[in-house]
Amino acid sequence: KACTPNYSPGRGWPTSQTQDGFEDILEERRNSSDLKYALRCYAPVLYKGVTPCKANMLKNIVLQSDQLRYVINQVSQESGEAPDIIQEEASVILEEMAHRLQISTVRFFAFALSKAFKTLFQHVCVNEEGIQRLQQAIQEHPVVLLPSHRSYMDFLLMSYILYTYDLALPVIAAGMDFMGMKFVGEMLRMSGAFFIRRSFGGDKLYWAVFSEYVKTMLRNGFAPIEFFLEGTRSRTCKSLTPKLGLLNIVIEPFFKGEVFDVNLVPISISYERILEESLYARELLGVPKPKESTSGLLKARRILSEDYGSIHVYFGQPVSVRSLAQGKVNRSTYNLFPRHIPRKPMEETQSFVNDTAYRIVRLQEDNMVLKPWVLMASLLLQNLEGMELSVLTEQTVWLRGLALSYAAFLDWPDHAPTAKVVSSSLALHRGLACVSGGRVSLVVGEPLGPVTPEEALFNRAVSVLSCASYRNQVLHVFLRPAMLAVAMHTAASSKKNEVYNCFSFLWDMFSNDFILCPGDTVQDFEEACYLLVKTGAVQMPQQDIVMTDIGQPTLSFFNGLLEPFLQGYQVVCRYLCEEASEGLTEKQYIPAVRSFAHSVLCVFTGNLRCYEVLSSDMQKNALAALLRGKLPTQKALLARL
Amino acid sequence: GLFHLSIVVLCPPLTSDSISTVLAAATITMKLTSTVCFPRQEIMKWNGWGYSDSKFLFNKKGQAEFTGKRYRLSGMVLPSLQDWFENTFGASVNHKSPPALNASAVPPASLNEAFVEDLKATGIPFSHEAEDRVFRAHGHCLHEIFALREGKKFERVPDMVVWPNCHSDVVKIVELACKHNVCLIPYGGGTSVTSALECPPEETRCIVSLDTSQMNRILWIDEKNLVAHVEAGIIGQDLERLLNESGYCTGHEPDSMEFSSLGGWVATRASGMKKNVYGNIEDLVIHIKVVTPRGVIEKSCQGPRMSTGPDIHHFILGSEGTLGVVTEVTMKIRPIPEYQKYGSVVFPNFEAGVACLREVAKQRCAPASIRLMDNEQFQFGHALKPQVSSIFTNFVEGLKKFYITKFKGFDPHQLVVATLLFEGDRERVLQHEKQVYDIAATFGGLAAGEDNGQRGYILTFVIAYLRDLGMDYYVVAESFETSVPWDRVLDLCRNVKERINRECKERGVQFQPLTSCRVTQTYDAGACVYFYFAFNYRGLADPVHTYERVEHAAREEILANGGSLSHHHGVGKLRKEWMKESISSLGVGMLQSVKDYVDPDNIFGNRNLL
Repeated sequence: KACTPNYSPGRGWPTSQTQDGFEDILEERRNSSDLKYALRCYAPVLYKGVTPCKANMLKNIVLQSDQLRYVINQVSQESGEAPDIIQEEASVILEEMAHRLQISTVRFFAFALSKAFKTLFQHVCVNEEGIQRLQQAIQEHPVVLLPSHRSYMDFLLMSYILYTYDLALPVIAAGMDFMGMKFVGEMLRMSGAFFIRRSFGGDKLYWAVFSEYVKTMLRNGFAPIEFFLEGTRSRTCKSLTPKLGLLNIVIEPFFKGEVFDVNLVPISISYERILEESLYARELLGVPKPKESTSGLLKARRILSEDYGSIHVYFGQPVSVRSLAQGKVNRSTYNLFPRHIPRKPMEETQSFVNDTAYRIVRLQEDNMVLKPWVLMASLLLQNLEGMELSVLTEQTVWLRGLALSYAAFLDWPDHAPTAKVVSSSLALHRGLACVSGGRVSLVVGEPLGPVTPEEALFNRAVSVLSCASYRNQVLHVFLRPAMLAVAMHTAASSKKNEVYNCFSFLWDMFSNDFILCPGDTVQDFEEACYLLVKTGAVQMPQQDIVMTDIGQPTLSFFNGLLEPFLQGYQVVCRYLCEEASEGLTEKQYIPAVRSFAHSVLCVFTGNLRCYEVLSSDMQKNALAALLRGKLPTQKALLARL
Repeated sequence: GLFHLSIVVLCPPLTSDSISTVLAAATITMKLTSTVCFPRQEIMKWNGWGYSDSKFLFNKKGQAEFTGKRYRLSGMVLPSLQDWFENTFGASVNHKSPPALNASAVPPASLNEAFVEDLKATGIPFSHEAEDRVFRAHGHCLHEIFALREGKKFERVPDMVVWPNCHSDVVKIVELACKHNVCLIPYGGGTSVTSALECPPEETRCIVSLDTSQMNRILWIDEKNLVAHVEAGIIGQDLERLLNESGYCTGHEPDSMEFSSLGGWVATRASGMKKNVYGNIEDLVIHIKVVTPRGVIEKSCQGPRMSTGPDIHHFILGSEGTLGVVTEVTMKIRPIPEYQKYGSVVFPNFEAGVACLREVAKQRCAPASIRLMDNEQFQFGHALKPQVSSIFTNFVEGLKKFYITKFKGFDPHQLVVATLLFEGDRERVLQHEKQVYDIAATFGGLAAGEDNGQRGYILTFVIAYLRDLGMDYYVVAESFETSVPWDRVLDLCRNVKERINRECKERGVQFQPLTSCRVTQTYDAGACVYFYFAFNYRGLADPVHTYERVEHAAREEILANGGSLSHHHGVGKLRKEWMKESISSLGVGMLQSVKDYVDPDNIFGNRNLL
């Protein structure tokens, strides 16, 4: 049975779209043989302009390309090494990088993952219309798949779904970390992953091999290319500021006329419960990330005994780069330079790619399926001392209405009484929240034996951050009105332009923490006004913005929603003003600000409960905001906060 | 029958004014043996391409025929054309869209009486008859021919036509035009495809079409220097025929050479099919005489190359009638080649063909002509094969097809053909031929015979007639061209075709359009690419508008892919909007300042180019 989410169609903004219904692909797996499924006939439709070629022929095409030969000669001249030796280096790089996609490995994964998914998840839901659109797009143009990244599971899941629907299997850009897992790394390679070093800053040769490899696959229509715009898994479940390197690479063949068009497909993968939930919280608090290893993976088997709810995968509308670039980028500026010589993209192109990246991430956000629990988590985090179950239920219902009127893609079970929805959410997330004596509160891990105050704080922070990773999933829905609510609260008067100035200040400050498209301040402000007016929380007589009689609950919820961020930034500022010495390096910054935050939290456990400032993510974003220099001096910032 | 009828309908009873014209015509045609006579509409279509006696039609049996006696294809039955036509366009020979005859709807002439008086005194023949004026109000753009066929009214047509007989007649006319502030539009062969002959609707002065057709003599031939001095109104085929009589040729053969004039070639920077041997028009001219409102421009000597500042010829070449009238040209001639041989090569796909042409260009061994037709054009060419009478020929054809598709594994829907023309002395031609076929072989090319090659070139001359046939059955068609660096040829061809298909779909064209291209010229650094584009317009309210939007999009695509605004058709008014982008606003300013100096009152007011 398809699980169809509730949604309210279009809110009149360009990013919104009508969302489709879902189909559970695990249902058929529960009723028929996995082995048959893994061995069934697989004959996907291909790109109409495909140049048929095997994975190892690809390597030759890349090594013999004009592009690579040019860079090899250049590097050879600069280093004094013979071109043959550089060529050999290039070949080694390519060997280390290249995938060896083969259907037998994919079949193995199809079998193994069927078993694992059935144990772990209740449903894996996919929007079928999206699949049909994708199938059409694959035939017409080279396709780039751009999924959100929340879990290691993402790319296996993607390939699994594409195999299930008989679509062309993608090649996937993956970080080198996986290569640490001997056997598994090779398995992933054979299922289509190609591996890129995390950093290769100035290495011209590496860049040339890498970009030519990706472009060759794109131009020849070898397979859809998949990568994560966010660059890494988001530990906070907020979307991350997109990275532009790979996007630049896949878009360039269009600008150079080597392909007619490129289609970008935003894909939103939403997990009801993330496998890495508490790992992420610990990582953010400074516990090092466990190194990827095969034995680690085997230990992780214990997760197989838990229930992780459902996964929703939404394949968005393919976005044509050609249509996007219409009127924004003049392709003829590429006419006067040989196409095989690498060149830094022009300013016009760079800002186009940047803007495109942000819009795609916003599309990913818009199509994320939200569960009731994310609403409950948002409420619980504003009531850390705990709430009456009945109050929680009542407020969740209220928040649901608000979310729906802001076009949140909410998966609220049909025809189930609210109390049942709340209790089953609590049951699934019993590791995070518990009910005792009719009160709901966060679960804090209780270590055996005596606890130091630091350990207690750490445990408390783990549970807050874990819970925050659910609240964060709904932030994109509320972000703009919430910033407006805060701006109204802080502005000296209710004059529209003063409120806008405050809004714009917050917008700039938070642009590392949230996905705010560059240059959209005014548009976002208007959207926020529109939404708050629409839900009756605010009215705008003449040049003023004022709260209505019934606006109090909404505005105070929004103020509370952003409070952890405001407090967190404040602590960072205080640290920089009070403690930081001259010559502080970025490396020293994180531990120093963490211990400062610790001390602040230990002293003021009463009124200052911004556990989230302990998160390295927030610390980095706050610093970046200050470094961007767009903001006033630290003191002025502190004053305004 | 239809077209003869039209002429009868169009020819009004002789009036005293038109008698002088016809008399003048009679004397001139007696004196000269010109192919295109004075009132051209007597032998040429007024609302389509070429000679009135030559046209395609579907006969009562539904088979295609080409009428007349002028071409190799004339009088033949083409059994496969109907199938190809119906399958390619989704058209049917039962759905006819014949022309509506309504050429009398011509805006009345607004004459400058003082100019007419002074002109009469010179004795230069002129006319303001409706059919003379309409005939010279257009070139051969789709929208122009379509309007004629539909009987649509032209917003503006020339108010009168003058026929100067020599250089000094032109000097007189230009002087009078300046004196009376009359707008002059030079008219050569009338084969423009850039709206260059269209009268600017906003022009309020009297517009005079200056028809150069009577200036058609070869004034002298200099065999020591191998140059000929020729009046610029001469038509390509006449020039070639007259020179041939003396054992020479210019070798300049643009596809329009049956009708286009020497002055027109200079004014548009024309290119000839055999430019690899003889050069393009800018390589052929040694001296040009131009009458402008400021006076006559010419050089003082015939030195083969000069370093005397920027070459003033290059202001004239491509000036598109905006600066003055080209009256006389000294151009290079060559002895007629001893031996000519056609040839053809089949390649498995377009990529292989382009790679071969690139290699040929690299080795600088291109034959007089080398052209690569894509698969669509190859199939089109096949549809034009005349009925084969002998069973044996049929058998041989079948065998050839079997060899190429089955034995060599070529996909009939992928294979392309290059047509070749070699010229020179026999021995060298054979040697040259071997060299080219050897190169072709390294790209998987198979020699496919002389006949296929020759047929490719015949297609060139009849293609414009085919457009008229298409228009009889709801199909509109047009061609356009560009030049592009070698490394971008394939990308440009693919992207432009795709863009056309996509635009047609978005604009509601119900049937898959035909998009086809061929590489028609090779250069050291790039190639000339020629596109054909046609679609069935049934169900469209304004097919010409749709067509124009699609062509516009195709040109944008060409420019975005590194192609030029034009290789040889020119800019006219059709592509003016892209001039700034193409040559920079400073470049446009330079041209404008020349125009302002040479023609401050905009006497040559066709508004082309700038």
